[in-house]
Amino acid sequence: MKSFAYAAPKTVKEAVALLDDSWGATEVLAGGTDLVTSLKQHVTEPQRVVSLKNIKELKGIRSKGGSLIIGATTTLAELIENRDVARKFPALSIAAQGIGSPQLLNVGTVGGDLCQRPRCWFFRNGHGLFGQQGETSLVREGDNRYHAIFGNDGPALFVNPSSLGPALIVLGAEITVAGAGGKTRTVPAAEFFRTPKAATERETVLRPNEILTEITVPMKGLKNATYEVRHRHGLDWPYVTASVGFNLKGRQIEEAQVVLGQVAPVPWRSAAASLALDRGTPDETTASKGGEAAAAGAKPLSGNAYKIQMVKAAVKRAVLAAIA
Amino acid sequence: MTDPHDAPEPAPPEVTNVSRRGFLKGFGAGTVATSLLSPAAMREAAAAENGGWTGPGEIPVSLKVNGTTRQLRVEPRVTLLDALRNRLDLTGPKKVCDRGTCGACTVLVDGHPAYSCSMLAVEAEGRAITTVEGIGTPEQMNAVQKAFVEHDAQQCGFCTPGFVTAATGFVRKHPNSTPEEICKGLGGNLCRCGTYAGMLLVAADLAKAKGGV
Amino acid sequence: MAKVDWPAADKRTLLGKRISRVDGPAKTTGAAKYSFDINRPGMLWAKLVTSAHPKAEVVSIDLSAATALPGVKASWKDEQVKEVQYVGQILAAVAAETEEIATEAARLVRVEYKPSEAIIRDSDPALAKDKPAAREQGKVEEALAKADVVHTGNYGCPVITHCCLESHGQVTDFKDGELLVWPSTQNVSRWADRLGEAVDVPQNKIRVDCQYMGGGFGSKFAYDRWGMIGATLSKQTGRPVKLMLERDVEMLIAGNRPSAYAKVKLGAQKDGLVTAVDTEVWGTSGVGGSIPDRFPYIFTEVPNARTTATRIMTNRGRAAAWRAPNHPQLCFITMSAFADLAAALKMDELEFFMKNAALTKDRAAVYQEELKIAADLIGYKQKAHPRGDKAAGPIKRGLGISMHTWGGRGHPSECDVTIHPDGSVEAKIATQDLGVGTRTCVGMVVAETLGLPLDRVKVEIGRSEYPPSGASGGSTTIGGISVSCRTAATNALNALLENVSKRLGVAADALEASGGAIRETAKPSNQISWKDACASLGPNPITKRGVNVPGDSEKANLTSQGVGGVQIADVSVDIETGVVTMNEMVAVQDCGLVVNLKLAESQVYGGLIMGITYALFEEAVYDVRTGQMLNADMEFYRLAGLQDVGTLKVHMMTGKDYDGRGVIGLGEPPVISPGAAIANAVANACGVRVPNLPLTPERVLTTLSQKGGLA
Repeated sequence: MKSFAYAAPKTVKEAVALLDDSWGATEVLAGGTDLVTSLKQHVTEPQRVVSLKNIKELKGIRSKGGSLIIGATTTLAELIENRDVARKFPALSIAAQGIGSPQLLNVGTVGGDLCQRPRCWFFRNGHGLFGQQGETSLVREGDNRYHAIFGNDGPALFVNPSSLGPALIVLGAEITVAGAGGKTRTVPAAEFFRTPKAATERETVLRPNEILTEITVPMKGLKNATYEVRHRHGLDWPYVTASVGFNLKGRQIEEAQVVLGQVAPVPWRSAAASLALDRGTPDETTASKGGEAAAAGAKPLSGNAYKIQMVKAAVKRAVLAAIA
Repeated sequence: MTDPHDAPEPAPPEVTNVSRRGFLKGFGAGTVATSLLSPAAMREAAAAENGGWTGPGEIPVSLKVNGTTRQLRVEPRVTLLDALRNRLDLTGPKKVCDRGTCGACTVLVDGHPAYSCSMLAVEAEGRAITTVEGIGTPEQMNAVQKAFVEHDAQQCGFCTPGFVTAATGFVRKHPNSTPEEICKGLGGNLCRCGTYAGMLLVAADLAKAKGGV
Repeated sequence: MAKVDWPAADKRTLLGKRISRVDGPAKTTGAAKYSFDINRPGMLWAKLVTSAHPKAEVVSIDLSAATALPGVKASWKDEQVKEVQYVGQILAAVAAETEEIATEAARLVRVEYKPSEAIIRDSDPALAKDKPAAREQGKVEEALAKADVVHTGNYGCPVITHCCLESHGQVTDFKDGELLVWPSTQNVSRWADRLGEAVDVPQNKIRVDCQYMGGGFGSKFAYDRWGMIGATLSKQTGRPVKLMLERDVEMLIAGNRPSAYAKVKLGAQKDGLVTAVDTEVWGTSGVGGSIPDRFPYIFTEVPNARTTATRIMTNRGRAAAWRAPNHPQLCFITMSAFADLAAALKMDELEFFMKNAALTKDRAAVYQEELKIAADLIGYKQKAHPRGDKAAGPIKRGLGISMHTWGGRGHPSECDVTIHPDGSVEAKIATQDLGVGTRTCVGMVVAETLGLPLDRVKVEIGRSEYPPSGASGGSTTIGGISVSCRTAATNALNALLENVSKRLGVAADALEASGGAIRETAKPSNQISWKDACASLGPNPITKRGVNVPGDSEKANLTSQGVGGVQIADVSVDIETGVVTMNEMVAVQDCGLVVNLKLAESQVYGGLIMGITYALFEEAVYDVRTGQMLNADMEFYRLAGLQDVGTLKVHMMTGKDYDGRGVIGLGEPPVISPGAAIANAVANACGVRVPNLPLTPERVLTTLSQKGGLA
C-alpha cells in the first residue's frame, strides 16, 4: 500500500474537519477490516487516513425513547451480544452472526459494515468500481456469478456487500451522519445506499466530508428475520440473503417489508414481495408467494440466473423464521 | 562444527530500524524531551504542530505485547502483523492470505481474537496484544496447545498458531461453550492440510475444560 | 548380529503405535521457525514485479522510479524476456530496507507491453493446438455395439491451485562466498541443484536449511525463479534477502492442478460388468505440463478401452504436481461415469463396484474387502436408496462410492546414526517434514531399533549437508526414510553389539537391544544396560550409515508399493438452494506397515478433507479477457472450514496380510477419491448428475433447472 499520514482525533467535530471535499484523498478508518485490505489492493490510495478509534461518542449501544441507538464504531460482536438486539431484532442479529468469523466480529464495526466497498472481483483486481476495460464491461462479458440480478440496468453490476443493511431497512432504521462543523443529518436506512452512476462515486449517500455516527432502530415489535444462503460455514459471503419484517395482526401479515442482500448494487427492497405477503396468513403458502414475487422481474447476467431460485428460497425461509 | 546457519539470532530489529532513520525525522523542530513522553504523547505533540497529522514517515508507536511494552518506529501503514513479525521477531502469527480471511495471523487484542494483518500497528497502541508466544511455550503449553498436540490437530503447522490463538480467545470468553459453538468460534480460520478431524476432538476437550485455559 | 528387517508385531515397542508428533509443541506455540519466519540481521525484503498481461511483447522494463525510492537497495530485471506468456510471469524484483518500501517500489517499476491475443479458456477442445493423443486396447466400437447397456456422460474438474499456506520463497544470505538458503521446500537435498551455475556460486558453497515448511503438496521441489532472484539480490548487496511470494502471485504461478473435462462412453453387460470404456479428455496445464490421460482409472482390465487426450495450451501459469498427480481427475471422471452406468442399469452402486473390482489388476480382493468394511462403517445397507431421495422436503440425502490406488514406493535415502559413549543417540538425514511427521518417524524407527525410548534419539533433518534423502513427493518419503534409518540404526547397533559381545560372553548375533539394555536373546537375564554398553566404547562414538536402495528394500520386504482404498460419502443436498452439506465420510485405506498410527490416520483424514475441499469449493476462476485469475486470494478461492467436513471415519487396513508388505507411502491415496465419492453421493441424493466440480450451489441449481430436478 502507499504511505499515508495518520490522525486519530478525539471528537467527531475534529474528525470531520480533517476530511476532504472529494473522495479518495482521505479515508476514514474504523475497524479497518475492509479499509486495510482495500489499501493493500490499491482500491483506494489516500494520502491521509482518519482513525475513529479515539472518538468515544461513536461507541456503544443505548436505548432512548423506544429506539435503540447504535454507535457507528460499535463492534459487530458488541451488536450480537446486546440483549435487545438479540431479542427484538433477530433479522439484524442473524445477519451479523452470519459473518461467521470472531476475528472480524471483534474488530469490524457496524458503521464499517454499512460503508464497506463492494467485493466485486473485477473491482478488487484493478478494473474500477464498474469492472470496465475501456468501454467493455468485464462483468457482463466475464464471470459474473456473484453479481447483480436486480438494479443492473446501469454500469454498476456489483452487489452491495453490507450484511446489516437489508435488516436495518426492514426494521425502519435511520442513519445519522455528521458533516462540516459536526452538524448532523439523518437519513432513512432505505435511502442510505445508492447506485453510483460514475465509477468515481461511492455506494452510499455519505459525502466525502461526512462521517456516519449512529444508527437508530425503532423498537416497533415487528416480527422479523433474516435468511442467508451460504455454502461454506464460517467466514464467507452469502450467495443471497433475505430480511423480512412485518406486523402480525391475529392471523394476518401487515406492513411487510422484504429486502434482499447480495442481489443488487444496493440492498434490494422488493415491493412486489411486500405486496404478496400483505394480508396473507402466516404460513408456508404465503411465504412461498412472497418468494415468487421477490424473484419476479430479476434480470440475471450470463452466469447468475441461479440466484433467482435462491431468492425464492431465502424469502420463503425468512418469512417462516419470522413467524416462528 | 560451526555452521553459519547457527549464527546468533538477529538483534531486535526495531533497534536497527531506529538507527536507519533519524529518530526525530518527521517531527516538528520544536519537539523536545521526547524520551520523557509516551509515543502517543509524542505523536500528539507532533500532530498539534501539523494540523493533527503524523506520518507518513516513521512515527513512534508503543505496543504492549505479551505483557511487555515495546517501543518501535513504524510508518502508519505498517500492519500489526508486520510490526510483530518484521520488527519484533514474533513470528508465531503467520502471513498467509494477508487479507483478513484465513486467520493465520490471529492475535488477541484485549483478549479478543483479531486478524493482525488487517489492523494497523498504530491502531493497536494502548491495547494488550497477545500472540501465540504469549499463550504458552513448548515446555509450558496451555490446555488448547496440549489438546492440539494430543489430537494431532496439525500437520504442516502453519495455520496452527492462528487456530490456537483463536481457540484460546474464544473459550476464555465463552467458558460454557459446546463443541459445536467452539467450532463456530473457529470459523475465522482455515487449514490446508486437513487437520479438522483432530480439531473436532480438541473442541470436545475444550468444552469439558470450561474455559480453564 | 541384528538383521535389517521389521520386528514382529508382538515385539514392536513404538512402531504402529499412536505417538504424538515430537515437534507438536514447537508448532502449537509458535516456536517452530518456518522459512518465512527467518529474520536475519540487516535483512532486506524483496518483492516481485509480474506480468499484468497473459500474452504480450515486453517492450521495456524501467526500474528507475523504483530504485530512486529511498530505502530501495537492489533490483533485478529479466534482461532476456521478449514475451510474457501468462499473468504473473516474473519480470523484475526490488529489495528494500522494509517490506512496505519493497512493496511500494515494486509498483513503481514501469513495464511497457504490446499485448496480443491470449488463450485463456480451457473448456473447449477446439482451442487446442496440440494433436490429440490416442490409445486403444481391444476393440471399443465393437464392444460398445455389443453391450447390453451403453451410457454416455460428460464430466469435468477445473484447474485448482496448491494454495500452500506458507507461500513459496526463501531467505538467502550470501556471506563470505557462501550461499546460505532457507527455502520452503519438500526437497532439502536437491533444492539447490544447478542454482550455483545460475548465480555463479560454486555448487559446493551452497547450503540449504529448512526445519519447518508450511505445505507443498507437490509444488516445492526446485529453487525456481524466485530462488535465483533472491540469491542474485543477496549477492548484489551482501545482505540477507527475504523473498516470499505474495498470495496472489503464489496462486498464479507457483503451480496448479490441470483441469480435465471428459466425454465418457461406457458399455456393460446386463449383470453390470463393464466391457468397454471410451474416454475423450481435454484440459489445460497452463503453459506447461500434461493432462490426465490414463483412463479408465484403476479398471485397467476392462477388455476394450480407448482414450483420446487433448491438451489445451493456455496463457496461464504452469501446472505442478498436485498431491496424487492426475489421479483425482482420473478417478472423478471414471468413477462418476461408472456410477451413472450403475444407475442406468438400476443396479445398487455397492454391488456394481464389488463386481467391477474384478477389473482391477491384482487388487480385486483388497478392494472388495475394503468396500465391505466401508459399507459397514457408514451403514450403507440402512441408508442406501436408488437415485433420487424420495423423502419429503427440500433436503435430499445420498451415498456415493469411489475407489483409488497409488504406488508409494520409497525413494533413495541415506541416514547416519551415531551412538555416543554417553548413551545418547542422534540421527542425521537430509529429509524434510511437510507436516506428515517425518521427524517423528525417523526418531521412532531409530529408537525402536535400538530398544530405546523415543526421547533418547535426537533427530536432525532439513539440512543439505546431512546424508542425502529424496524429495518428498509421491508418497515416497516414509518408505525411503524408514529403511535408511532402520538400516543405519541396525548397523550402528551391530557395531555396539560386537563391542559388548565379549563382556556378555556370547557372539554378537546372539544379542539384541531391548528395553534400554543389550541382552542375550535366548537368555534375557544376561544383559548390560544401554548406558554401560555405550560407555564401553571409550572415547569413540559409532556412526554408521544406512541406505535405502529402492528395489533392494522391496526384495527384502522392508518396503513395497501399490495400495488400494475405498471411500463412501454421505451428503445432503438442499434442492431449493443448491447447498451440498457433508454428513459423513468414511475412508478405508491400505498402506502396508504403519509406522505411527496417529500420524497415518492424520494423513488419511487430511486427504479426505483436502478432497472435500476440491469437491465442494475449489476452482481457479480466470477472466477470459484479461487473463487474470479473479480469485487469486483466499476469499473467493475457498478452502473448507472446520464446520464443513461432517463426521469422518478412517479405517486402516492393518494386520498380517498388510503390514507384512513393509512400509508404503500414504500421503497421496486418500485425497484421490473424495471428488468422485461426493459427486456420486450428490447424484444419488438429488437424482441427477452434477457434471462438474466443484459442487457449488450455483452448479447444483443450474443442473436441477436444466435436468428437471429429481429423476
